[in-house]
Amino acid sequence: MSQEKIIEVKNLSKKFGSFTAVDNISFDVYKGEIFGFLGANGAGKTTAMKMLIGISRPTSGEVTVAGYDVKTAAEMVKKSIGYMSQRFSMYDDLTIKENITFFGGIYGLSRNKIKEKTAQLVSELGLEDAVDKLVGDLPLGWKQKLSFSVALLHEPKIVFLDEPTGGVDPITRRQFWEMIYAEAHKGTTIFVTTHYMDEAEYCDRVSIMVEGHIEALDTPKNLKQQFNVESMNDVFLKLARNVE
Amino acid sequence: MRTILFIIQKEFRQIFRNKAMLPIIFVLPFIQLLILSNAASFEVKNIQFSYIDNDHSAASRELISKFQSSDYFKIIGNFESKKEANLQMEKGKVDVILEIPNHFERNLLTEKKTTLSVSINAIDGAAAGVENVYITQIIASFNQKIQSELYQYNDNSFVQPQNIVTIPSFWYNNTLNYKTLMVPGILVLLVTMLTLFLSAMNIVREKEIGTLEQINVTPIKKHQFIIGKLFPFWVLGLMILTVGLLIARIVFNIPILGNIGLIYLFTSVYLLVILGIGLFISNYTETQQQAMFIAWFFTVIFILMSGLFTPIESMPTWAQQLTLFNPIRYFVEIIRMVMLKGATFSDISRPFFIIAIYAFIINGFAVWSYKKTN
Ligand SMILES: Nc1ncnc2c1ncn2[C@@H]1O[C@H](COP(=O)(O)OP(=O)(O)OP(=O)(O)O)[C@@H](O)[C@H]1O
Ligand SMILES: [Mg+2]
Repeated sequence: MSQEKIIEVKNLSKKFGSFTAVDNISFDVYKGEIFGFLGANGAGKTTAMKMLIGISRPTSGEVTVAGYDVKTAAEMVKKSIGYMSQRFSMYDDLTIKENITFFGGIYGLSRNKIKEKTAQLVSELGLEDAVDKLVGDLPLGWKQKLSFSVALLHEPKIVFLDEPTGGVDPITRRQFWEMIYAEAHKGTTIFVTTHYMDEAEYCDRVSIMVEGHIEALDTPKNLKQQFNVESMNDVFLKLARNVE
Repeated sequence: MRTILFIIQKEFRQIFRNKAMLPIIFVLPFIQLLILSNAASFEVKNIQFSYIDNDHSAASRELISKFQSSDYFKIIGNFESKKEANLQMEKGKVDVILEIPNHFERNLLTEKKTTLSVSINAIDGAAAGVENVYITQIIASFNQKIQSELYQYNDNSFVQPQNIVTIPSFWYNNTLNYKTLMVPGILVLLVTMLTLFLSAMNIVREKEIGTLEQINVTPIKKHQFIIGKLFPFWVLGLMILTVGLLIARIVFNIPILGNIGLIYLFTSVYLLVILGIGLFISNYTETQQQAMFIAWFFTVIFILMSGLFTPIESMPTWAQQLTLFNPIRYFVEIIRMVMLKGATFSDISRPFFIIAIYAFIINGFAVWSYKKTN
């Protein structure tokens, strides 16, 4: 893996009134890695991610993504990234094809390119028969795979996934991670949050966030060694206990 | 530009996929025009009419008999003095007092002109306006040379309205057919409300379902999003106008005396104001419910102060000045002028430019308040 930094975060904080959701965090993400961003409910993962992708203004701190300062060049950052939100956010009242056309279109893809991408994407997902179905009628697992693919339409350098596998069965989760691997293999940097500790094992490096702070950051292997436990789940539990 | 087209395409797909949309465009205008134009009729009957005849001449008796033979007036008697009559008006027993001066007949014959004094109970401004028209018409049909001095009883005192001429909005509607007057106005409400509500709710809905956030992480430009989002509703507004005009013409037989192109020209600029307000509302609300409340708040005020139901001339001065900020007021004024009076562009140029400036300002604010980053 390269040591080229693609995301640099320095002393980043976000306050909502007197409540500090993200408290002075600093970390780097390297090009091409799968970076797991872990934390319990309400730890501040989504809040931090929104600042990295330029839709939420930091209270303080510096963020550089793909070489651009989020504060001054948010629109350049947006060209370089894909984002899959924690909430499913495609149009339920549009078909698969129409959704792809729309998102491809606003990312500036040509009509031909969109056609090509649509064909490629539906065949990869095995959705050939469903292209003209409303997205609202799809099962959740399909929807999530679809949003992942749509987030990659414009071939971004980095893709941000906020709990991409929330609420789906283990088999679908497995398939989803295969898609993530395949994408990482192409050189795309993956920044992913999750609640599932087994998924943490799939990441190159993970950070564990507790109440707005980053309490640990390393490879799963090193973390398990450091805490002298067998699984990432135990690492997580130990950390949570330390904080209490 | 291409980006904008993609948004417009998506928006039209969603609008017409929505099963409620076609009835909203075609059925709603019809029902609303039908019900409101009948219900909101200003026809005032059984006006309690009294008079003071200081002349006791053939002419004065003939004038009074004109009122007697009218369906609208109910003669409740004559008074000996103005004081007595005013007392009855204060009690609410009479709506109108007509005072015929001494030498009414003689002045009419020798000097070819005379004055009458008319007092109207203007507690109900709308009714007073209508009564004023009736009275003026009856007097005019009796003799063109009579000048009537109008007094309104309001807030426990008699005041002479600044505007002695009859409320102008009634002038050109010779037959006093209220449907003719109401239908164009209701058409204005329809176009305004539908475009305002649909546009404001549409953008907030994207906030609610999270797609707006998804759009905000794309490199799309603010103006591309806003134009793409609002253009379909601009088209929708013009479609509703068209449907409404057709219904007005075919079903209600409302004349369109002026150039219909003027109505479209004005409406296309007017809709920018309304869409700007819609965008503005959606920028400051998080849920469709909130957007709905705020949109209602504005429409109710705008409608009540539009001169549609209460003539602007019979509002207190401060309220009259407030109506200058009300876009609906200008639309009501213009659509009536063009449809019923055959106004030309130079007649409507002032309100037209006011609305154009309005559109600039409101959209400036709306674009400024739309934020891709929170
Ligand atoms: N707009 C906001 N205003 C006020 N508080 C907020 C806002 N957004 C988030 N918070 C608070 O900040 C904290 C962190 O929220 P965040 O959504 O970042 O957590 P998370 O780690 O993503 O949790 P989850 O795993 O449940 O998604 C929570 O306590 C949340 O209530
Ligand atoms: Mg979250």
